Amino acid sequence: MKKYRILIAKPGLDGHDRGAKVVAHALRDAGFEVIYTGLRQTPEQIVKTAIQEDVDLIGLSILSGAHLQLSKKVIELMKKEGIGNIPVFVGGIIPPDDVPKLLEIGVVRVFGPGTPLSKIVQEVREVLEGVASTSGS
Amino acid sequence: MDHKQIAKLITLIENEPDRSRDILKKLPKRICPVIGFTGSPGVGKSTLIDQVIARLRSIGKTVAVVAVDPSSPFSQGAFLGDRVRMKKHFLDEGVFIRSMASRGALGGLNESIYDVVELLESVGFDYVLIETVGVGQAEIEVRYVADIVVLVLSPGFGDEMQLLKAGVMEIADIYVVNKSDLEGNDSLYDQLVGFLTFAGRDVSSVVKTTALNGNGVEELVDKVITLWKSLAETERLKQMRKERLKHHTETLARRTLQRYLSTVDSQDPYESVELALKSMCERLKYGQGGGT
Repeated sequence: MKKYRILIAKPGLDGHDRGAKVVAHALRDAGFEVIYTGLRQTPEQIVKTAIQEDVDLIGLSILSGAHLQLSKKVIELMKKEGIGNIPVFVGGIIPPDDVPKLLEIGVVRVFGPGTPLSKIVQEVREVLEGVASTSGS
Repeated sequence: MDHKQIAKLITLIENEPDRSRDILKKLPKRICPVIGFTGSPGVGKSTLIDQVIARLRSIGKTVAVVAVDPSSPFSQGAFLGDRVRMKKHFLDEGVFIRSMASRGALGGLNESIYDVVELLESVGFDYVLIETVGVGQAEIEVRYVADIVVLVLSPGFGDEMQLLKAGVMEIADIYVVNKSDLEGNDSLYDQLVGFLTFAGRDVSSVVKTTALNGNGVEELVDKVITLWKSLAETERLKQMRKERLKHHTETLARRTLQRYLSTVDSQDPYESVELALKSMCERLKYGQGGGT
């Protein structure tokens, strides 16, 4: 039986993970297996974790304002390590102007403050099922 | 085999247990020390394992860790947070950490644990460490999977009555009093020594540690190494592996029967089992294989 595994990661130096934990909790309650990395992870640590845990989706929680740099670094590293096929979503304090930039970097969804949890769960499911149907597994 | 391949195989074993047999058959049989860490939620199992990894790495050993956390009985989802304590090893190529959800198993582990451990032994790690879910009193499956069981205790989890209870307290080879910087650790230590003396057990199996700063971890690892050597030198290890095989077999049998049970529709539990067994036998008779 296929069970989706999602990595919720906190890259960079910001020390607030309430949002990450709330999202992780909601995804858990939606039936996903959620792996949480804890605070202050480097992109390298996140990518290694994604490899060892063989996750289907990565969520980055970033409140520090460094979302463009950090997301780019994570996605570049993922490609280098051969896991560029895993979709990445970003949540946090993201100015609306930066959303298209994140999408261009390769992020699949961006969830700003106030996004209902039900919307996050629904879109996460859509992303995962979309990947599953295109890869034929 | 690199970490990515190992990780993919674990996923396959977990999601499609029928394929485990073929995966494992292609790999060389190999044995390494399998050490189980168990204990109540919050006693410091993950933090202690973090320190044990550091110690094993400092003497040049490679380490695989399987950390199990519970699945929700309602949503079947899980929050796997043991890695958080093991961050400093994420970039170390000699360390492989995998989180697993219990997926309905009640013994403190996951049904695929036997195959996953065999895989990790086969691919060449020097040590395999298993962390159970935070257990209560009766989750003892780790005894069957691990060669050495470390029970982690900490002050503040009740009085001597808890030590006298059957189950988890009886299955350990090594007892750790963690958080030994906290008040109450001395009396826990003394009670533990008293309990083991009364049970006719070796009191040198008790170690005090403070996982936060690493105190006592070297002594713990030394005890693990000594104990494993003595197991491997005698027939004991062979016996334990035989026992593990038996429990692995039982797990497979249960899973196979459960699959047939799910296709049976009867209000009578006795009849359900009969029908399931009957359909299993019929399937085997026609040479389609029972599957596992």
